[in-house]
Order: sequence, then C-alpha cells, then structure tokens
Amino acid sequence: MKKSNDIRREPLTDTLLLMTITICIFLVMYLLAMIFLQGGFLHSQQLFDLLNDNASLIIVSCGLTIVMIGGGIDISVGAVTSLVVMSCVIYLNKGGNLFVSILLALGIGLAFGLVHGFLISYLEIQPFIVTLAGMFFARGMTTILSVDPQKATHEGFLKLQEAKIEIPWLGYTAKNGNMIPARMEIGVVVALTCVILVFILLKYIRVGRGFYAMGGNQTSSLMLGINVKRTRFISYVLSGLLSGISGYVFLMHTGAGNATNAAGMEMNAIASSIIGGTLLTGGVGNVIGTFFGTLTLTTIKKIVVSSGLNDPWWQSITTGGMLCFFILLQSVVLRQREKNKKTN
Amino acid sequence: MEENCLLKLRGIDKLFPGVHALNNVDFTLRKGEIHALMGENGAGKSTLIKILTGVYSMDAGSILVEGKDVHINSPQDAQNNGISTVYQEITLCPNLTVAENMFIGREDNLWVKQKSYEKRAEEILNSLQIPARARQQLGNCSLAVQQMVAIARAVDMQCKVLILDEPTSSLDDKEVNMLFGLMRDLKSRGVGIIFVTHFLEQVYEVSDRITVLRNGELVGEFLTEELPQVQLVAKMIGKELDELNNLSEGEEHKEHTGEVFYEAKGLSSSETLPFDFSIKKGEVNGFTGLLGSGRSESVRAIFGADKVGGGTVKIKGKTVKINKPVDAMKNGIGYLAEDRKRDGIIADLSVRENIILALQVMNGFFKPISRSESEAFADEYIKALNIKTASRETPVGSLSGGNQQKVILARWLLTHPDYLILDEPTRGIDVGTKLEIQKLVLKLAEEDVSVTFISSEIEEMLRTCSRLIVMRDRHIVGELKGNDLNQAQVMKTIAGGESS
Repeated sequence: MKKSNDIRREPLTDTLLLMTITICIFLVMYLLAMIFLQGGFLHSQQLFDLLNDNASLIIVSCGLTIVMIGGGIDISVGAVTSLVVMSCVIYLNKGGNLFVSILLALGIGLAFGLVHGFLISYLEIQPFIVTLAGMFFARGMTTILSVDPQKATHEGFLKLQEAKIEIPWLGYTAKNGNMIPARMEIGVVVALTCVILVFILLKYIRVGRGFYAMGGNQTSSLMLGINVKRTRFISYVLSGLLSGISGYVFLMHTGAGNATNAAGMEMNAIASSIIGGTLLTGGVGNVIGTFFGTLTLTTIKKIVVSSGLNDPWWQSITTGGMLCFFILLQSVVLRQREKNKKTN
Repeated sequence: MEENCLLKLRGIDKLFPGVHALNNVDFTLRKGEIHALMGENGAGKSTLIKILTGVYSMDAGSILVEGKDVHINSPQDAQNNGISTVYQEITLCPNLTVAENMFIGREDNLWVKQKSYEKRAEEILNSLQIPARARQQLGNCSLAVQQMVAIARAVDMQCKVLILDEPTSSLDDKEVNMLFGLMRDLKSRGVGIIFVTHFLEQVYEVSDRITVLRNGELVGEFLTEELPQVQLVAKMIGKELDELNNLSEGEEHKEHTGEVFYEAKGLSSSETLPFDFSIKKGEVNGFTGLLGSGRSESVRAIFGADKVGGGTVKIKGKTVKINKPVDAMKNGIGYLAEDRKRDGIIADLSVRENIILALQVMNGFFKPISRSESEAFADEYIKALNIKTASRETPVGSLSGGNQQKVILARWLLTHPDYLILDEPTRGIDVGTKLEIQKLVLKLAEEDVSVTFISSEIEEMLRTCSRLIVMRDRHIVGELKGNDLNQAQVMKTIAGGESS
C-alpha cells in the first residue's frame, strides 16, 4: 500500500483500458492457435500473410476509428475502396502514369471525404444517411466503369506490385533445407505508416484531441471553444482520404479490379474498430487498439479455416459471436468502473 | 466603491415574443464579492445570465466591465472579456482527463503538449485545493469535483467574473461545503462571483449581497446581513410583509373530515427524501414552497413518475405497490404534469386522441377504444370543459395554452380518478381559464375526489386548498390548516422564520 503512494498511478482511461484488453486477447488467441492448431501458425510468415491480406482493411479501419471517436459513422469506405481499385486499374491499363494513378486514388478518396464532411458538418445531415448515399454512389460508379473484372497489365505497376520486403531472419527452413525469408508487401508498410500517423494525430495534434472532445460531449466541446463543425468536417475528410489509400493498397495486393471488390469491408472495419475498443457512442478509442482489433478479427477467421470449417458461413458466425463478446465485455468493464466510482 | 466595481449592467431590456423578460434591469458586481441573484421562476435570472454570457443579445442597455463598455455577442466574447460561466449541467468532456478538460479548445499550438499542460493543471488544482489529479479521467470524478474543474479552467483563463448557475443542485452537503470553500478562496483573490441558486440557506451562508428580480424587473439590491430571510422571500414572491400582516383572514378554512384515501409512510424516490403524506376523500390539499423546494418531486413520487426509493403506500387502507405511473393509474390516481409541453400533450395528435390516451393505457392496448366511442368521449369533454377547438380532430399543438391544459384535464377526468394530482395546472394560461380550473377542482372535491393542487400563486392555493404542506430545501417544514391558512403564515413558514 505504502509503496504505491510514492508513485501515483492513475487508473487507465477508458480508451487505454479497452485497448489493453484487446491486445491481451489477441496475444492469448494467437498463442492458443500456435499450441493447438500448430501448422502455419508456428511460422512467422502466417503473421505477415495476415498483414499482407489485410493491409487495406487496417487503413480503412484507421479512418473509421477517427470518425467513430468523433461520434460519427462512415459506411462508404468499402465502396470507395472498390471504386478506387477499379478507376486506377482502368487508368493504368490505358497506359497511364504510375504516379498519377496514385494521385487519382488519393483524389477520389479525398473527394468523397470532402462531400461527406460538408454534408454532415455544415448541412447537418445524419452521417449514416450521407455515407449510405456515398456507398451506393461509389458502388454504382464502379459498375459503370466496368462490369467485368479487370486485370492490371501496366508494367510499372506490376513491378511495384511484385516488390516485396524480405526479412531473412524471420524466415523458416523449407523441407529441402533452403531458407525462405519472410515476405512483406509494400502495402503493409503503408498501412503501418498510416497507423502511426493517425496515432500521432489522435494523441498529440490539436484537432485529434478535438475528435475525442466532440465524441465525448458535443455541446460541451462547443462551450469549451472547439470549432465542432470544422473538426467533424476534418474527420470525414480523413476517412475519405484513407479509403483512397486503402483502394490503392488493395489494388497492389490483388492486382485486379472487380465490381465486387471490398464488399462488406465497411462492416469489417466497423467490427475491427469496436473490437479494438472504440465505442460507437464516440469519445473513446485508440488506433493501436484498432490495429490489433483488425488482427484479432482476421486471425479468428484464419483459425476457423484452419480448423477445417471451410464453409464461408462459419467465418460470419464467428465474427458475429466475437463482436457480441467484445461489446458485452466492454459494457461489463465500463459498468464495473461506474460502480467502483460510486463506492469510492 | 466605484473603483471596486467589476461589472456593471445598466438598463438591460429584453423582449421575447409576448413576454417582457427583462425590463430596465441594473446589476452591479464588485471585486471580491459573492453576489446572489435571486428570483422565482420567470423572474428573468436566466435571461440575464444568458445575456451576460452572450447566448442572448439584449434589446437595450449597456454592459461595462471595469468601466469599459463591452459588446458580448457570443460565449467566446464573454470569455475574452473575463466572464466565465459554470453551468448546472457540467459542460466538460467526461472521456478526457482533468488536465485536458482545462486546456482543450484554447491550446496555442497545433502540437498538444500534454506533459506541460498536466504540470500546469496540477499546479492550479493544488493551489485551489481541488481534490483531483491532472491525469485522472474526468468522468471518474464526483460531480462536485467536475464542477470545480470547470471553475479551475475559468480561473486559469484569468476570469474576473465567475457566474455559477445553480452549481449546488446536484451536490450533497459535504460537496457543497467544498465548493463554498473554493468560492471563498476565489473571492479573496478578487474574483467577483455571481451565484444563482434557489437554496435560501446557501445564499445566507456564502453571499455578501443579494439582488432580487421579479417578473423581469429589478426589486432591489441588498446586503445579505441586512435582509432577513422572511423579507427575501416576500420580495421574491412580491408581497411586502407589512402588507401581508394587514391582510384580512379571508374566508374560513374548514378542516376536512372524512375517510383517508391515500396514505404514504417514508415514501421516497430518486429525487426526494423520505416523507409522510396522506389525503382524505374529497379533500383538496396543496404543496407549496419555492421553486426547487421539492414540491413537484414529492407529487411525482406519489405518482411513481421517478424511480421509487422506498416506503409503504396504502390506498383505502390496503397496502399497494406503486412503482410506475401505470400502477398509480390502476389505483385511481391521475397526474397532470408540471411541464405541459414535455410531459403532457402530444402536440401532433388530435384533441380526441389526446383525450382518450390515459384511458387507453389503463384498458391495455389489446382492448382498443372504438372510434365512435372515443368520438363520443371527446365531444362530451370538449363541451363539459368548454375547450375552444375547431373540431375534435384538430392537433392539440395548435390550441392555446389554457385549452391544451383543459385537454389534459379531460384526459384524466375520463379515467374517473379517485385522486387527481395537478402540478401547476394554471401556469401560463389566461385568468378566465385559471378561474374555470379552480372551480373545477372544487367541484371535483364535492364529488368526493381527492385533489392535490400545486401552484406558484399562493392566493390560488389559499382559495382552493383546505390544507397546505410547506416545503423548503427538500424537507416538509410545516403543515398549515384552519386559521393558519393565510398569506403571512405561509410566507413565514416558507422562509423558515419564527412563526409567532
């Protein structure tokens, strides 16, 4: 007792508490998978594959975390990702410039973000409705561009796509004795950069703290001198921009555009954010938590497949169960806190 | 004295459609003074505060801060002029830390320097002796501490004038004392504090001066020590004490005899302290007291409108449980809520639909009232209560206040209650309708219906009630009947002065 008096330790804030829970659960889950399922889970490549496959989901989830912390929602992210993939692949196949294609991706994302942000913040329309409209619009545009799948044939792009970062010391020895290094796609680097940048934004930048204040109590933040409209606008612009980046990363991973690309991605992104400790009510959340939330969600799916339950519905069922479990856990933990506060 | 003057309001005027909310009001705040702003509902306290904080703009008058004429058009302007407000509902973000709540929205850089803010916050909290730590999440602090953090933020913004709007209404005694300590500390630093509250005792405990408003007009500014509590109440309610003493006794108030209909022992809800109460068949009684004294909360407890705490309730001698309004209704109790717009009418529904609402709830939704039946009911009561409406299908929202009130009355009368609770049924309606409602109350009593009547106008209560229960600061402080039922006695009991 006396010892702890010397160094005053504050109880974790809600945000950090929920994030810690997620990280712990992810680690335990992965450990259990390594012990019981063995197979791929014993190789480090499994973890890198997880990142390779889900880099774009991680990026989109970052954007959604920003919006959700501010108390909003953006369900257009998957559709915008898909539109970016299709636009870029068609542009590249027509002999476009690689650099310009990146700008195109960012531009489309940004445009959606600006329009959403304007409608939601300045015209005060429900974010759900606005982004629902955005989602239909983007999906429709994707189909107009091409109904058939388009494979990227641009040489420069293919080179970029082929480029992999090899990490030799994390590889494994194949049966024939050759050392196979672990491979990581460029998209993963982009995703991790996004996570770090968003983390810094949310923790140390003025507008980032504004997102939390706005999500915590909108009237209060207005009284406290925060420009709520501008702050909300920025949150949707960032979400749009990140969807654009996500689209390009998606294309780098698959190398082809398809009208059904990234279907349901917005829902996975929302699920990832929630599992990572972001509250739908706003004001609480952390992008590191979201990162681990995405990994938890995708690992679960992988575990389901590895357990031999190949039918696709098993993945959906486990995802649903997981989400339920986490939301329950969160509300139990937060309620327990509320109780402790009262007895103090 | 003029040098000490911190804030001066001169000739403030504010008109709302149909209401002269403030009429040529002056107010002066000096350095290092705690100045209580008092007045009953509708006196103009909150309008004045809102003008001062830039929420409303005034129609005429001037505001001088330290002798300089200033224009306040937004809360930001007010803050820039050194006027900070701490509202009753805490306007901070519960999900952020204490330090962040003190600095957010006024950071000077794009880059938020958490560490240096935390250090500065810690210093301020220590110097004001606020029991909070900078890195604590605000939502984990008690309400009193949250309020103090809001004050700390204001202090750090170099505020000269601090407005505390009903700061103590959700605090317990210990917390109130903590807050008062902080207020005295700030006072010694030369901050001028405007203290708005409805707790008389608290005013006498901390304030130096009192300004009383009534019906949008200035009654006067007084030194607290020179104004006895009875006088203060008389000024708030608008009767001079001498005048009251001279009033004739009026008509005889006979004590009601009859069998007890409703009896509660130790009844309490989330909003009230435990209290005892009983009413006889055909009796009209009243709850009186200043705004916030707990009169409405008490009747809400009887009706089960708030979360019930405990106590036993007997109706006609039989013990019953009333946990929610439906229970009360099934036991023959009707309740006309204080806030007609929020708790009473459903503006978009027609007169007919509003009238049958309570009966429908009592019957249960599986036994719908037929259209023709409901039309008959509506017509009957529109006629009986003389409700002025274009037709029974007119939306209630388009009727005048008095007629809306009658619709709600009709709604309860239709359920043929044995006991009807009317909370401020005459507020904001014209004199003619007021009289009609008073007559109706007396007529109901003759038909052996028990009625509890609450009104801000004591004359009205004296005319209708045969027994008055007086409340102050959430306690029942007296029960008046018979010869004690006169203005002077009521006033004295409310104020808590010697009742000789």
